[in-house]
Formats: sequence, C-alpha cells, structure tokens
Amino acid sequence: MNLMGWIQLAVFIIALLAVTKPLGVYLTHVLDQDGRTWLDPVLKPVERFTYAIIGRESTTEQDWKSYALSVLVFSAAGLLFTYAILRLQEYLPLNPQHFGPLSPDLAFNTATSFTTNTNWQNYAGETSMSYFSQMVGLAFHNFVSAAIGIAVAAALVRGIASQKTKNLGNFWVDLTRVSLYLLLPLCILYAVFLISQGMIQNFKPYDTAQLIEPYSAQVAQKDSSGQVIKDAQGSSVMMEQRVETQSIAQGPMASQVAIKMLGTNGGGFFNANGAHPFENPTPLSNFIQMLSIFAIPSALTYYLGRMVKNQKHGWSVWSAMFIMFLVGALVCWWAESQGNPRLSALGVDSSFGNMEGKEVRFGIFNSALWATVTTDTSCGAVNSMHDSFTPLGGMVPLFNMHLGEVVFGGVGSGLYGMLIFVVLAIFLAGLMVGRTPEYLGKKIESYDIKVAALAILIPSIALLGFTAVAAASEWGLKGLNNSGPHGLSEILYAFTSAINNNGSAFAGLSANTPLYNTSLALAMLIGRFFVIIPVLALAGNLAGKKAAPMSSGSFPVSGITFTLLLVGAVLLVGALTFLPVLSLSPVVEHFLMVNSTQLF
Amino acid sequence: MDSKMIRSDARVAERSISSRKAEEMGIKALLEMVRASLAVIVVLGIVLCGVYPLVVFGIGQLGFPDKANGSLVQQDGKTIGSRLIAQNFTGKEYFHPRPSAAGDVGYDASSSGGSNLGPLSQKLSDQVKERIEAYISENSLAPGTKVPADAVTASGSGLDPHISIANAELQAARVARERGMPVEEIKNYIRQYTEGPQLGFLGDPGVNVLSLNLALNTAGSKK
Repeated sequence: MNLMGWIQLAVFIIALLAVTKPLGVYLTHVLDQDGRTWLDPVLKPVERFTYAIIGRESTTEQDWKSYALSVLVFSAAGLLFTYAILRLQEYLPLNPQHFGPLSPDLAFNTATSFTTNTNWQNYAGETSMSYFSQMVGLAFHNFVSAAIGIAVAAALVRGIASQKTKNLGNFWVDLTRVSLYLLLPLCILYAVFLISQGMIQNFKPYDTAQLIEPYSAQVAQKDSSGQVIKDAQGSSVMMEQRVETQSIAQGPMASQVAIKMLGTNGGGFFNANGAHPFENPTPLSNFIQMLSIFAIPSALTYYLGRMVKNQKHGWSVWSAMFIMFLVGALVCWWAESQGNPRLSALGVDSSFGNMEGKEVRFGIFNSALWATVTTDTSCGAVNSMHDSFTPLGGMVPLFNMHLGEVVFGGVGSGLYGMLIFVVLAIFLAGLMVGRTPEYLGKKIESYDIKVAALAILIPSIALLGFTAVAAASEWGLKGLNNSGPHGLSEILYAFTSAINNNGSAFAGLSANTPLYNTSLALAMLIGRFFVIIPVLALAGNLAGKKAAPMSSGSFPVSGITFTLLLVGAVLLVGALTFLPVLSLSPVVEHFLMVNSTQLF
Repeated sequence: MDSKMIRSDARVAERSISSRKAEEMGIKALLEMVRASLAVIVVLGIVLCGVYPLVVFGIGQLGFPDKANGSLVQQDGKTIGSRLIAQNFTGKEYFHPRPSAAGDVGYDASSSGGSNLGPLSQKLSDQVKERIEAYISENSLAPGTKVPADAVTASGSGLDPHISIANAELQAARVARERGMPVEEIKNYIRQYTEGPQLGFLGDPGVNVLSLNLALNTAGSKK
C-alpha cells in the first residue's frame, strides 16, 4: 500500500465527486419527457421518429403494472433477437473468421446474460463471436439493458416524489431518451478517447504476425473432437509444436467497450476482458474505465436528491455507498499487496504483491481498485483474474456482490436496490423507536415492506439454493479448475455473479456445459426480474400515497445517523445471509494459507 | 323464476362480459407492447448498433489509424507483432516476457486468458517453483535470489507486453553478455523502453519487451 496508490485513490475519489453533480443534473433533463438538452437539434428528430414507429398511444403515462409488463415484453423480445443472431451468425455479415453458431444452451445463456445486464461470459469473444454478433447481438443489450435499469430507477424515484397518482412515467419514452440523450453521446466521445489510448476499432480479419523468434512448445495432444488425449496413467499426451506465427484478434472494439463500461455491462470483447492490452491499453484508459463504471450510478443519487427536493438525502445515500466502497477497496488492496506467502516461500519477491493473473501496467493497486469497483456495481468487467486473488482479496468482490450491488451499483439497479434498503432501514428504525415509519412524509406500510422483502429474499434464496445444488452435483463439480475451499468459491462466485447480474467470474470454472449454462441463465433471470417487479410494485404503491408535510417529528433521511443506519441495514442483511457460506470458502482458505502448508 | 335470480344471472353475465372485455384490452395492450418492442429494436438497433460503431470506426481510422488497427509493427513489409501484445522470446540474447497462459502454447493473441489458479493451487506452486529455478539458472543469479513476482507468474491476459523494471534489470547482464554490449548500454535501453507511470502518477512502470528487443536488434545490426 504505497504512496502512489494513495494518490491514485484520492484522484479517483475527486474525479468521481466532480462528475456526480453535472451528470446528475443532466439526468433530470433526460428523464423528463419534456426536458431539453443541448443535443435536441440533432436527436429530437430521431426521438420523434422512434415514437412514431412505436405508436403514439404507447407513449402515454403508465401505471406500475403496465410499466413492468413493458419491461418484461421488451426484454423477452430482445432476448429472442440476440438468441437468433447467435444461432445464425454463420449466415450473417461481418464474420471474417467464419465462426459457426453457438450451441443452443450457450446461445441461451449468452442472450440471457446480455439481456439482464449481466454479461457473464461462457464464450470467449475472440474464438466464437463474429463482429456482427458482438456489435448488434450483444452491444444492443449493452445499451438497452442499461437504459432499462435507469428507467426503472427513475420510475421508483417518481413514485417516491409524486403525490396521489398511479403513474410512473412511460417505459418506452424513458428507454428511448436514456439511450439517445445519455448513453449515445457519452459513448461516442468515450470510444474515441479509448482509441487514442490504443484500443482497436476495425472490421478486418485477424492479423498474422511472423514471430521474430519462432520457438517450440509442448502442448497437450487433442483428438479430432478437441478432447485432450490421456495416456494410461491419466496424464495428457504431450507433443512438440513449432510456433512461427502469432494470430492477433481484431474487431470493432472501442465502440463496444465504451458502452460496456458506461452501462455497467462488463462483457468483454475478448476473453481476457479489461486485462487484454487492446481492451485496456494504458493506465489512463484503466482509470477512465473505472470512473465510467461509477459515473452514472453516482449521478443517480444526485438525481434522487433533486427529484425528492432533498439534496441532502441524495448525498446521504451517496455517502453510505461511498463508505462501503472505500472499506472494500482498502481491504482488497491490502490483501493483494501482501502477496501469496506460499509463493514467497519458494523465492518470489513478496514486495511485488500477488501478481498471478495481474498486468504489470496496472499493478496491485489498480487491479484491486478495479475488482472492487466492478463488483460494487453490476459491471463485472475485469482487469485481472479474480480467481487468482488471495483468499481475502477475492472475498471482497464476492461479498460486494452479496450486498446486492448497492454500492453505487449497476446503472439504475444500484439506486433501486439501495432504495429497497432505505425502506428497510426506515422500517427497522421505526420498530426501534416504536413509531410508524415514514419515508419523505410517506407512510411505509405492510405492502411496502412485503415487496421490499421479496426483492431481497428471492435473489438470496435462489443464490444459495443454486450454489448448494451445484456444489453437491457431479455436473457442478466437474467444471472446477481448483479444488478444496477454492472450488466452493468458484461455484459460489458463479451463482453470486449471475444472480446479481454482475458477470465477473472466478473464471477457472468451466461453466460452458448445458447444465451450468441453463442454471446460470435462470439465476440471471431471477436476479433481474424478481427484483425489478417488486421494485415497480413498491414504486406504484408509494406513488399513490399522499406525503404528510415534513415536521420536526419526521424521520430524518439525511445526516450521519441515517447514513450509518443505511450501511448497517445493508451489512446486516448481507452478513446474516452469506457469512456461513463465506466462512467455508474464502475464510477457511485464508486460515489454511497462513497456518498450514496444505495445497490443493 | 323469482326476480332475484334473474338479477343475479344478469350480474354474472355482465361480469363475464366485462372480464372478457378486460381480457381483450389486456391482449390488445400486450400486442401493442410487442409492436413497440420490435419498433425499438429496429430503430435503436440501427442507431446504436449501426450508425454509432461506424461513426467511431470512421473517426478512429481517420484520427488514429495506427492504433485503431492494433498498433502493428512492420518489418520488411511483414507484420511481426503488435506493440501492445506480448510475444514469446526464449533466446539468450533477448529479454523474456512474463509467462503466459493464453491458448495451448501461450502468447496466443486470438485466445487470451489467465491461469485462473487459486492461491493454494498445487499446480501454481509447481509452476512457480519450476520458473524460479529456470530464471535463476538462465540469468546466472546467485541461488536464493528473490525473483520479481511478474517474472514467474502468468498475467491475466497472457499477453502482458510489459515486465517490471526489476525483472528487466536482472536479465540485463545475460543480454549484454550474449550481445557483446556493455551492461550500462543495455540498461539505457531499458530506461528508454520503460513506459509509465502515465501522467506521472497512473499505473505501475513497465518495460515493453517487444519494443526493447526490436531496438536491441536494430542496434546490433548497425554495428
């Protein structure tokens, strides 16, 4: 934990604060149907044209059921659209490497994964996806799944802010306006910046480089079906392979990475994601990519404050998020800086920290900070391999996701997830002081608590259920890359990531099997829509209430007490639900690492 | 039939009509949503998945053609690699990159990835032990020398173009000896091809192995 790290952390925090207000103010214009932006001259015609095609009657105010149904119908249509592209990519254009179709289960998993803003990758981009599949099949969802998240968050905020109405706004309008006025212009600037750092943006076939120094390597022999051939002792049959060229994958990457980060999607253009030198060429591209993950979620807290006319409330929610972010980042950074004592004992200089799975240009600090940021949110892009983190360093991303990704969180999903905890925190406070809980003048009643509880309980139960089944099944254990407690971590991480729509992985797990593809896809759907529906139900119910005028007896929703109460509610739920399973995986692994010499 | 019955029958009929009506309206609303979905897929699809990437492509190819095409290095009209992508060097006269887990043979720039081995992995431990021994012997270091972590661990991408300065300096004597160049001159080259921290504070410094080796080859051929 050196000085350079502290300076970079300080600059990161300052930059985050600097973008929060301007972007938050801009959001209030984008999320207002009649809002004006300086992009109107260019984009207003496109917006009008979109409504004309959608049908004018579809752009009127909706109640929560209609809003929720629109989200579901649109997501289903988008899922089918992408599934079809992935299955038919050999007949579609822009496929210079002539990739065949994805298997049905992998295509289902991938289409679900992008529809739900998860971007879990059971495929490797550069070995299976055509440029068309990336640019249309996947990037489409990078935009619209982000826009859906923001739209749902806006609907909830409208429900909180409005009085005695059924209406939450219109989904199609929100979707269109967020895509056109917020995501598109930012992405154009951002993508050009990324190219200036060395990111690729082209449509050419993969390049073949003639190596300066050809060499021979030992590789495992494979049969015609691609299975590794084993000898009688069960070890792989090796053969010598002469390597004279290097195939360098290409593609339209910058346009996709911009929205991948800004929309907290995280699906890498290439397998190694943000660790790949093309996908994250410089420390500056790395810094801006981390900032862009947090930018919109952070700005949404400002939007919240503006809309409920209580800016202090917005900042208090921001502060609660910030505290949890900072603690996670420091723990992860510290753990990774310590290095791996087992490797130090073999003669590795421990002052470098744990470098397995990390890039030199980012070093320990930027790898740890990224791992924290990407799992605080629903991003899931990685610039280092979490599977190779130290036990405690790897537990930070895992636990971040267990908290429900409410530490800034995904675009929109972070805010609506956190507002669920706000309702819960206020309810708990109400119980403690024996008063009817109220949020910004609105009484929190039985129905509100029930739907809030559903939004927390359903994903948690599904997460632990799927993990337990996989950990006790042959199909679940077969894909493990590591055994012992780390094996359980791999399975736990997979379902945690899927349920919370994160998409990062302990990537050693070979989850491209029919049962993993299907169960993870189901987990993603549950984690996305069984949160969105209760959230919109809560929004609809709150919208119908009349807010009592604020008085000295009103429950304060700003200030240190409220912030700590909110942090407490999040940590309490997360810890009570997940500490038992965490103690069987990273925690026990940590103690084995420092107190024994056992290897797995 | 008493009148009460009739009234209740009528009410039942009324209710079934109104529920049928509601159902029809529900189906109509649903169909409208399907239509709206398709419309959004077409319109936003064209803007976000067609116009947007092509605009970025155009700006990139005009403004940064070298970078947008992969920062490729050409020699005698042939592509010999990318400045951003590690390639393997095993010869004694070259600096060696970090170990790689990309693809079957390593350094496969069309199959990126890390080892994903956990901290208590037997396999990782075996690999690192073997790499430490090889590193110490090929660089003729004193037994027991602490080896920089990046020299014996695989990067996340398997294509990390950099090695740490400490790693490069431990290899300098070997390269100098093999090339018949003074160590100080080699160290100058290392400094010249050290990248970062960017803007003075971002990221960790690293030595670009491909650029450094190419520069050494050029220097050698001039003599």
